[in-house]
Amino acid sequence: MNEKSENLYVIRIEDNGSGIPADFVPLAFCQFLFSSKYKLKQSRGTFGLGGTMTILYGQITTNKPVKVISSTGTSKIYEYTLMIDIERNRPVILDRRVRENENKWHGTIVEVYVEGDYYKAMPKILEYLRQTAIVNPYASITFVDPRGRLYKFERTVSVLPPQPKETLPHPHGIDVETMYRIIRVTSCKTLLDFMQKHFHRVGKSIAKNFLRFAGFPEDADPKKLKPEEIVNLVQAMKSFEEFLPPDAGCLSPLGENLLKAGVLKELEPEFVAVSQRKPSAYSGHPFIIEVGIAYGGKIPTSEDILLYRFANKIPLVYDESGDVSWKIVKSINWRNYGLTSGMPFAVLVHICSTKIPWKTVGKEMIADRPEVSREILNGIREVARQLDIYLSKKEKAKREKARLSIFAKYLPKIAEFSAKLASRDTPNVDELLRRLRRLEGG
Amino acid sequence: MKGGSAMKSREKRKDVLLKLEKFGRELCEQIEKGSFPHITMPSRSIENIFYNPDLRQYVLGNKTVRRSAGNIRHLRPFTHLVWMAYFTHELTTNQKTSTLRDVFYSAQAYDISFQDQDESDSIITDLETVLGYTREDFNVFPEESSAVFGDLTIEYTVPNYEGKRLNLTSHPDGVMIGPALTSADFVETSADKVIAIEKGGLFTRFIEERVHEKFNAILVFLRGQAPRSTRYFIRRLNQELGLPVYIFTDADPWGMHIAMVIISGSANAAHVKELTTPDAKWAGVWASDIVNYKLPNDKLEDVDIKRLHELMRDPRYKGEIWQREINLFMKNQRKCELEAFSRYGLTHIVDAYLPQRLKEVGDYGE
Repeated sequence: MNEKSENLYVIRIEDNGSGIPADFVPLAFCQFLFSSKYKLKQSRGTFGLGGTMTILYGQITTNKPVKVISSTGTSKIYEYTLMIDIERNRPVILDRRVRENENKWHGTIVEVYVEGDYYKAMPKILEYLRQTAIVNPYASITFVDPRGRLYKFERTVSVLPPQPKETLPHPHGIDVETMYRIIRVTSCKTLLDFMQKHFHRVGKSIAKNFLRFAGFPEDADPKKLKPEEIVNLVQAMKSFEEFLPPDAGCLSPLGENLLKAGVLKELEPEFVAVSQRKPSAYSGHPFIIEVGIAYGGKIPTSEDILLYRFANKIPLVYDESGDVSWKIVKSINWRNYGLTSGMPFAVLVHICSTKIPWKTVGKEMIADRPEVSREILNGIREVARQLDIYLSKKEKAKREKARLSIFAKYLPKIAEFSAKLASRDTPNVDELLRRLRRLEGG
Repeated sequence: MKGGSAMKSREKRKDVLLKLEKFGRELCEQIEKGSFPHITMPSRSIENIFYNPDLRQYVLGNKTVRRSAGNIRHLRPFTHLVWMAYFTHELTTNQKTSTLRDVFYSAQAYDISFQDQDESDSIITDLETVLGYTREDFNVFPEESSAVFGDLTIEYTVPNYEGKRLNLTSHPDGVMIGPALTSADFVETSADKVIAIEKGGLFTRFIEERVHEKFNAILVFLRGQAPRSTRYFIRRLNQELGLPVYIFTDADPWGMHIAMVIISGSANAAHVKELTTPDAKWAGVWASDIVNYKLPNDKLEDVDIKRLHELMRDPRYKGEIWQREINLFMKNQRKCELEAFSRYGLTHIVDAYLPQRLKEVGDYGE
């Protein structure tokens, strides 16, 4: 990141990912709602809005084009200079170059000009990067800020979490708009086929039962449904209770080992406990909650509880107090776990879902869905219990050590003065001390 | 008369040393056998303190407590006790004495730390209980000292003074009852009684008025509640010289109790014997004297009345004179000090009260 003039920055972002096929580059970066999802899998974004929004923001604040360089590891590297035609929601290609890719490089580089105030935003930016490093311990992140300072977040693991599988939408999570889109592209001639082909975990017998429940003939042509029939169908899907719960194969949680690795690497605590909850679902959307608790080491002490929130591996750094996790963390009686405010501990909550239950469009807070908050609460309880056990053991060990040291201090004196009294050699108390140590071991 | 007490004190010293050495030897043997050193001693808890009417003092019952170095709560006091045994063994062997305060500070030289003097004092009491001897027997003495005056010649037995004699009239302020005097032999006396006085002012007056000559008495200044060495000294005067003992205190429950502790001992010292003088007599000032001698007086306060109720139930106060006086105090609700006699002139107490009273108490029994 460089400051070109006051409040004008150029941000250059580079990854070593798979790269973007050359023909998709303009659309991927300079058209909104480029992705059209008929199938679902967990991904960082939903509609492909984030990157384009940044480019749009850069364009309207600086009127400068964006430069995108990408290669999929072929013999060519493509270099685009692009702007967005805002009125028509179309990319404008100002320049396109092709270079030789001698080293078979693959990845993407984006250079965008934005207006902003780095110094004001700096704490949040650095925090964002650090927290990103927590939930992406397999990624190395390097950041050079406008002051020329280098921030490095090195990877400590080289395994990636398993890739999510694409799945069909679950009937409980369908809205009318999505239903229209599916009907538009379907090739099925009957509702019985349609239900089985386009929805998650719907087999023949469930499809039959459902259509009977909804009052639709099995052989009705989906393309001939009237608008009010479509609305009825969607409503029936929401209220039918025999659909199987969604399968979480489409989710890509971090996993306990990676979460632990990320926490250890970035927070450097003395103790960490993590837990991945069993998959659950709200309104047909599968989700998995992962929680962690870190104690001691380099965790700072603070008056309030330190909470790190993540959604689909992205840190949430704003609006903490409106988040369901904050509410839950504040409702817990931490004394039950041997913790009081002022002790150095941090709580981490990661939610993975094909549809994150955002509270607002700002995408900074998770909404209080009973299914979700139950998992978060139980998860935190579980790791808090582990911390409690750890702290009790530590306290016990400390007490035992103090106890032993008292014996080690006094027994030799007893031996010494007894021996002097009796005018004989000082008896050896080592055996007694050894026995005490053995007792404590057991 | 001469030599008896020196012999006795030498034997006692030998026995104290033997007991201390035995204590150390037992602990060593326990450690060598692989067990945590421990000791069993009589319990000094309130449930184990009983009044023995035959001995006319409090004694400990059969209950014992076990202190073990394997118990973390006992460990520190146990170490203190062993050190105390060692330290007093050194004192006794070398015939050196130490005050309670001294002991507290001496411990620091051995990297033994007492939180305060109360802690070291209580360990000394433990050692008394273990050995069955008083701290004076292992050469530890309290700070405060009282005094004695009268025609008694003593012979010192402490190092550097062995064989030296002193007549206790040689100093007009009296002679301090310290370790050296406590262990001295009694050589000869012309006295036929002991008069013990609670207060220093009156002790001095008695010397000035030559009470020791007029009444053939050895005068002992108690300085309030008498220290143990003084109680032991009075006992010796009574037992070795056969002198009757008369105690004069203020006329209030506290004064009464000063006399009682000399006669029957205290519950705190139930673990030690040979401190009491059961035949000593409380000769005044009585509640009845306040009326009979028209002494200036004060009203009893609430604490006084509370104390009287306590004494009334105390087995040591069963005797007739005690019950009579307690009831009189209660009835009249008045108290007075020894000095109240000065209302009738400085010599009134010596000229009028004392001869009368000594005549009366010569007859009264318990």
